[in-house]
Amino acid sequence: MEAHIAEIPVEKKAVVRSLSLRLVPRLKEKAIELLLQLAAFTSVAITLGIVGVLAYESFHFFQQVSVVEFLTDRQWTPLFADAHYGILSLVSGTLVTTAVALLVAIPMGSLIAIYLSEYASRPVREFVKPVLELLSAVPTVVYGYFVLLFVTPALQQIWPDLPGFNMLSAGLVIGFMIVPYVSSVSEDAMRAVPVYLREGAFALGATRMQTALRVVFPSALSGITAAYVLGVSRAIGETMVVAIAAGMQPTLTLNPLEPAATMTAYIVQVSLGDLPHGSVGYQTIFATGLMLLLITLLFNIAGHALKKRYRQVY
Amino acid sequence: MKALDVSQTVLKAESQGLNFFYGQAQALHGLSLPVYDRCVTALIGPSGCGKTTYLRCFNRMHDLYPGNRYEGEVILYPDRVNIVGPEVDPIEVRMRIGMVFQKPNPFPKSIYENVAYGMRIRGVSSKADLDMVVERALQEAALWGEVKDRLQASAMNLSGGQQQRLCIARALATSPELLLFDEPTSALDPTATSRIEELVTELKQKVAIVIVTHNMQQAARVSDHTAFMYEGRLVEFDRTEKMFTNPSAKLTEDYVTGRFG
Amino acid sequence: MRLKNGIAKYIKSTALQRRIMRRKGLDRFFAFEGLLVMGAALLVLFTLVGQLAADGAGRLSWQFLTSFPSRFPAQAGVLTAWIGTILVMLVTALAAIPLGIGAAIYLEEYAAKSWLTEAIEINIANLAGVPSIVYGLMALGLLVYELHLGQSFLTAGLTLGMLILPMVIIATREAIRAVPPAVREAAYALGATKWQTVRDHVLPYSMGGILTGMILALSRAVGETAPLITVGALSFIAFLPHPPWQGAFPFVSFEWLFDPFTVMPIQMFNWVSRPQEEFHVNAAAAGLILLAMSLAMNAVAIVIRARFRKRIHW
Repeated sequence: MEAHIAEIPVEKKAVVRSLSLRLVPRLKEKAIELLLQLAAFTSVAITLGIVGVLAYESFHFFQQVSVVEFLTDRQWTPLFADAHYGILSLVSGTLVTTAVALLVAIPMGSLIAIYLSEYASRPVREFVKPVLELLSAVPTVVYGYFVLLFVTPALQQIWPDLPGFNMLSAGLVIGFMIVPYVSSVSEDAMRAVPVYLREGAFALGATRMQTALRVVFPSALSGITAAYVLGVSRAIGETMVVAIAAGMQPTLTLNPLEPAATMTAYIVQVSLGDLPHGSVGYQTIFATGLMLLLITLLFNIAGHALKKRYRQVY
Repeated sequence: MKALDVSQTVLKAESQGLNFFYGQAQALHGLSLPVYDRCVTALIGPSGCGKTTYLRCFNRMHDLYPGNRYEGEVILYPDRVNIVGPEVDPIEVRMRIGMVFQKPNPFPKSIYENVAYGMRIRGVSSKADLDMVVERALQEAALWGEVKDRLQASAMNLSGGQQQRLCIARALATSPELLLFDEPTSALDPTATSRIEELVTELKQKVAIVIVTHNMQQAARVSDHTAFMYEGRLVEFDRTEKMFTNPSAKLTEDYVTGRFG
Repeated sequence: MRLKNGIAKYIKSTALQRRIMRRKGLDRFFAFEGLLVMGAALLVLFTLVGQLAADGAGRLSWQFLTSFPSRFPAQAGVLTAWIGTILVMLVTALAAIPLGIGAAIYLEEYAAKSWLTEAIEINIANLAGVPSIVYGLMALGLLVYELHLGQSFLTAGLTLGMLILPMVIIATREAIRAVPPAVREAAYALGATKWQTVRDHVLPYSMGGILTGMILALSRAVGETAPLITVGALSFIAFLPHPPWQGAFPFVSFEWLFDPFTVMPIQMFNWVSRPQEEFHVNAAAAGLILLAMSLAMNAVAIVIRARFRKRIHW
């Protein structure tokens, strides 16, 4: 069997018979793979860092303050002479603002998603989607400014008793802020529902609304749950809007018309000040951070479980 | 299974007792059949019989996906190397054996770059050398005339038939010893199909070709030898005319006369 | 027979006609609601920008852009803030982008399906949901105190780099996944190694999506405030950091990495937290600049995505 076109002398060089000639390129391949693997492991390192730092500082904190007090005391005054370390006030602040935000974001986001996926024509969708993305591109400090200097005064026209710092205005704007997260993920989930499911409903005489609510929405529930969980995480972790507009006063209350501090706002407040490294006051921010992380993880796990439960294979 | 006795044709490759497993499922059972140099060998059989699986053993494509396992041997001549052996580097194998796929898959690059890529990764970088290779390959693939004035144009703007010929040129550029065709015309219209079939008949003068086809008439038109497979086993292997006019196995006869398929 | 007649009669009856009309009406109302809600979201966006512009546009001036912060609102400016933002973004990009792309390549092209790989993937998904302030806490404990990097540009950049790393990884993975397996097979069939396939095909063809994801992640980092406050940004820096260049070899200076830092959102936060209204005007002006930065980056990302989509379509 003779070789083919002999014009290209390099041909023979390329035809390798033994393994040894490929050893050097082989090593290069292995080295590259190792580097890439290290890059992937940085993500693990970051998690370990987060858990490590929070656990370490909280550990020292809990040697001074009992876990029971931390979880049940109704006052949070770690920087006062008569210090109380009850996280409930901060948690209530976070939960109330989040609840207000979700009351806005979930209905609005879902409705927008349904409209965009089931009703809207292409030009409408091409216009609205980028604009909604812009809503999420606005930095949170700017939202904070907006709440403090526009939304709250506007609401005070309706309720003159509304305090300058309150959870309602903050929660409302956080809600608008996370609408794009909810709507875009929900819409993706709904558009992934195959056309034939819709056609089945239409063929029976259903209107678009009935099809959307009874066929598409339930089929996409897995992705929609993911969207809601995303919104919840975002709202819980929101810092600047509440730091600017909800107040820095830890109050144990479920009334959104009052000022309150969230876990995140408290951490900011302490960071702005001068607390000596290693003092109990300093350690409170890590304990608070740990609580924040745990609550977020809880929602993520619950969301993941729900997502799996509603998972549909088309 | 009917074997062919060796005449003036030279053996290019040969599988001996090849078993192939997708994970736990065995897809090929004891496949032993020859591939002759400068001949076209067609693999025919109903859907799922394993012909594409068998084809992809020749260039170790199965190694790209986890869980696949080879047993037995596929010997490449004249080196007498078992190319599915674990000690053989799949990259080496693919450097010597080329493949054309069912759906044309040119790179979204220029026509020139598509054809030149094979030589680039073999270390050729001089423009003069590459120009020569590109022209030669495109000539061999009967595409040069149509694209010689727009080599820098994107390959994605070519028609389906042209793209497939580009893929053939791409494979030819590296002067492979064995060329594998996986149903190369099933996505093409009849005109493009016959051009590719003409091409295959020309190309066999230089390189051994194995072609998988679900179109029996194509196998009859184009190949010198045909292997009929069924459920992962070789049923019959013979000269093409004999296979289609006077097959030895009843199963083969049923298939080629269209009683099932 | 009775029932058949009964149904036929029902179908022709006015009761059913009325029912159908009512449903159609509901359908139209639902569509209207969708439009309304979308309009509300857009209205909020426009009001926000409008309010910001109304309050702060007048304050924008060359003086504002080139002055240091000051106790006197009329003299205060954002010079250190925007220079700080650029320098921090530089470190952030250098930290997050190579690691993010590398990790994504590893997970998509190299990693075998094992429990370890799945753990890494779950980890990355979780990290994406961690509140940004937690990253600040981690950086405070680890980078500032443990590694003694101080409250510096280096720390700030690394903190934000860790924050956006999951985003870069996820966006890059999606871009890589969009490359069809047929193209990879074509490359392998020619004898390319895995790295050659990635370098010559997978990465170039997914570059559009990768760039888009990168820029969106960076635009998110531009607006981040909370983690930087925690790490110790100062909002009153009346001097510029060391320049990144120097007269002598190697012409690049790394001194600035250890200088104290500030960024635009923190400057805005500082001003909005003050009671004087003149500072609020400054805050609004800073907010407009910040908004412009963020929107510009988003616009660039959209343009890149569109251009790449035109060039490479599967």
